[in-house]
Amino acid sequence: MITTVHYLALSAALLLIGTVGVLTRRNIVIILMSIELILNAVNINLIAFSHVWGNPRGQVFAIFVIVDAVAEAAVGLGILIALFRNKETVLADEIDLLKW
Amino acid sequence: MLTDTILFYIFAAMVLSGGILTITRRNAIHSAISLIVSLLGVAGLYLLQQAEFLFAVQIVLYVGGIMVLFLFVIMLVNLDLAAKERQFNRQWLVALAAVAVVGAEVSYFIYRGAGSIHIADVPVPGMPAGLGNTEMVADSLFGEYLLPFEIASILLLVAVVGSVVMAKKRI
Repeated sequence: MITTVHYLALSAALLLIGTVGVLTRRNIVIILMSIELILNAVNINLIAFSHVWGNPRGQVFAIFVIVDAVAEAAVGLGILIALFRNKETVLADEIDLLKW
Repeated sequence: MLTDTILFYIFAAMVLSGGILTITRRNAIHSAISLIVSLLGVAGLYLLQQAEFLFAVQIVLYVGGIMVLFLFVIMLVNLDLAAKERQFNRQWLVALAAVAVVGAEVSYFIYRGAGSIHIADVPVPGMPAGLGNTEMVADSLFGEYLLPFEIASILLLVAVVGSVVMAKKRI
């Protein structure tokens, strides 16, 4: 029997995997992919509670989260292309112009 | 019920193994393909919870849209040099410790709160009968959440213009 708690645990695990990716990887493309993982973990939570309460509002919020993910990916990848054109690197810790 | 359980574990394995492969692969294309596996697993979980509309949206938009965008950018940007370098930054130990603390915190909350979530596990009556999932989502989206929906469309417009401006050579 699969309960909501199973979904919450899975979502927490996916969130932690995404956080590890954001915090430890150097490649910006993979950092952006890890952000997608985090947003999907949020969506699993929203859908699980939407199912439990029999209420479609959770699914509406999941749609808004997906819209945010699309906007974030588009702008992030645009910034990445501009960055690569100017600095010739995609490693996050080599972009330190604002660091003294 | 048993089929649901088996399917849940299959999809959960897809989600978690895809996620772990995404953050550990050296080659960004391999990461992107693992991320697709993970996203398909999430889509399967949506279907298990009777969110058919979001299942379709997940596959069409995430796997068909965002991942193609990622793959295009991976091909535009030369990642061969980055693949030869160190993959993890110097603070990885601190980061893992911080994530472990957050993980302990979250699992404690889930453990303590599991009882209160469990009560509601019987489907709540009062779900309008005869309405499909897509109709219910549409009713809610275009009725109650009309203003956020319009704001989201403006957000997408701003994102489209913003990404064109960012990627353009000369503004």
